[in-house]
Amino acid sequence: MSQLVITDLHASVITDAGEREILRGVTLTLDSGRTHAIMGPNGSGKSTLAYVIAGHPKYVVTSGSITLDGQDVLAMSVDERAKAGLFLAMQYPVEVPGVSVSNFLRTSVTAVRGEAPKLRTWVKDMKTSMAELQMDPAFAERSVNEGFSGGEKKRHEILQLGLLAPKFAILDETDSGLDVDALRIVSEGVNRYREATDGGVLLITHYTRILRYIHPDVVHVFVGGRIVETGGPELADVLEAEGYDRYVAASA
Amino acid sequence: MTAPTLAPPTDLSPRVRSLSPEDFATPSGREEEWRFIPSGAFAQFMAPIVGAGYVTASGAGVSVVPIGELTSSWLPIDRPSAVARAHVSHAIVLEVPADHESTEPIHLKLQGTSSIAYEHVEIRFGRFSKATVIIEQPGESAICGSIVVTVGDGATATVVNVSDGQRTLESLLTWHADIGRDAHFNGTQVSLGGSRLRVLPSVSYLGTGGNAQLLGVFLADEGQFMEHRLFVDHDRPNCTSNVVYKGALSGEKSHTVWVGDVLVRREATGIDTYEINRNLLLTDGARADSVPNLELETGDVASAGHASATGRFDDDQLFYLQARGIDEETARQLVVRGFFADIVSRIPDAQWQADIMGRIGARLGVPVEIGGDDE
Ligand SMILES: Nc1ncnc2c1ncn2[C@@H]1O[C@H](COP(=O)(O)OP(=O)(O)OP(=O)(O)O)[C@@H](O)[C@H]1O
Ligand SMILES: [Mg+2]
Repeated sequence: MSQLVITDLHASVITDAGEREILRGVTLTLDSGRTHAIMGPNGSGKSTLAYVIAGHPKYVVTSGSITLDGQDVLAMSVDERAKAGLFLAMQYPVEVPGVSVSNFLRTSVTAVRGEAPKLRTWVKDMKTSMAELQMDPAFAERSVNEGFSGGEKKRHEILQLGLLAPKFAILDETDSGLDVDALRIVSEGVNRYREATDGGVLLITHYTRILRYIHPDVVHVFVGGRIVETGGPELADVLEAEGYDRYVAASA
Repeated sequence: MTAPTLAPPTDLSPRVRSLSPEDFATPSGREEEWRFIPSGAFAQFMAPIVGAGYVTASGAGVSVVPIGELTSSWLPIDRPSAVARAHVSHAIVLEVPADHESTEPIHLKLQGTSSIAYEHVEIRFGRFSKATVIIEQPGESAICGSIVVTVGDGATATVVNVSDGQRTLESLLTWHADIGRDAHFNGTQVSLGGSRLRVLPSVSYLGTGGNAQLLGVFLADEGQFMEHRLFVDHDRPNCTSNVVYKGALSGEKSHTVWVGDVLVRREATGIDTYEINRNLLLTDGARADSVPNLELETGDVASAGHASATGRFDDDQLFYLQARGIDEETARQLVVRGFFADIVSRIPDAQWQADIMGRIGARLGVPVEIGGDDE
């Protein structure tokens, strides 16, 4: 049983024009085995929250805290956070030319698990995981995300989620850019992860359609850099019907 | 004094070729060939150096002969190469006999007799021979000189030249290959060491059907200067050339220059040529100049192309790899290994592939294995 606790988090983006505050007091507790959906309009700061949890150097935390089982996450380097059990599936996964998927995955799994996986089981695990996500085995020899379609990049993120089996997964708009079939395949991958590891999921999304496949326990409405309302799964239906206008107007 | 040979007036071919240093003016730095060179660099090689030694080697098939006994007709292309040729006392000669096929690479480990040494190496691949020669430049001497390769008709020749000298040394090397009819030549330059390194690889053809692969990897870090200036002289019909040079740079004031001159002369119909230089900037503060030049005197070619690209290992790539638990050093290693692997893997010997990847890794501060997918 693990716990990720975010308390009154304020963070700014560092730009050429200076710092600009994006997160304005985010408070959230996520337990193992639970799935929280974060829904909000474009530009409300959802990705910023995800990046700040993962430790992207472009953002600076000005106050507040993040702890994982009592450990200070903000004091950890990016790779230490991953090793501690945090995983971020990115909205826009980065292309890394020259590094093959198979080499990347093996290096990553070795780093996170603290030891190299046995070659025989590793090859089998990777093949099985790729087959489950309906990824062509040829992807293993391609450069990381290079020339992947939007949907292929998302499958590759979920492939990593399954292999790395983190304590907590932050999925930033994993549903965007997916057609219906791909959405189902990717969602099943997330659900397999939840069942296999009892991990906690922070599901960032703009639309409710992914919630038909991945059922959240809690839904947060995220506007203007903070959570403005929290409710059960039924809140998603309200958002679907009414949109964010009410919240945006209230926070402006 | 021998009269200087005047090459046909094209933009790319060296205008003067001569054994006499006086036939070449001391460069002012404004000439096209010298314009990237930092001021004061290589100045020591413009005039004879008192007390300079020579480069020697030992091993099967290798002979060290007084320079006067050399029969080859290769002519220096610039002042430093002419000074070195005029003042080197001995030449290293390696003969691969006709029809000989060697499975093991021939390792030519060079040594300077003094802290500054002139070098002259000649490698002759006999007709239909097949062999790989790995030249390791001296680690402890500044050198100035030339490697001259002749590839006999139908031969398959690989020459890998490894420049990995001490970081205080300045070295300048010309290396030329003449490629026989239907012969294959792979000339791979590996540049790692030295404070300043200038390498001028060139090829020309002795008959039709010759194939040249000019490959290179270079890794420059803080304060290092490296220039690779290539010249492919397509002077016969139906030959091919393929140039791939890849450079990685890191650290303040690391500076690399790559110039690829490909000249397709009027008589070189039906040729196929492609050249590319790719550079990877690992950190800020590094500078990579890249200049591909293709000069076509005939339009009657099978294919001719060139490309150049300089990319950056950026914060987002680093973040992505780190977010997967990979530490910064290993992340750089992964990226550089992937970047160089396709060139190094073309060296036809697994042990040398591993050796060179290991040196690259050592330069980056981390061990690097090739492949990486074994237990
Ligand atoms: N690097 C940056 N430079 C400048 N502004 C930035 C940067 N990163 C984020 N921002 C700004 O911060 C705000 C929040 O961006 P963020 O990407 O977190 O929103 P989001 O909720 O994920 O939006 P979307 O639904 O479009 O993905 C936006 O106004 C955005 O323009
Ligand atoms: Mg976003």
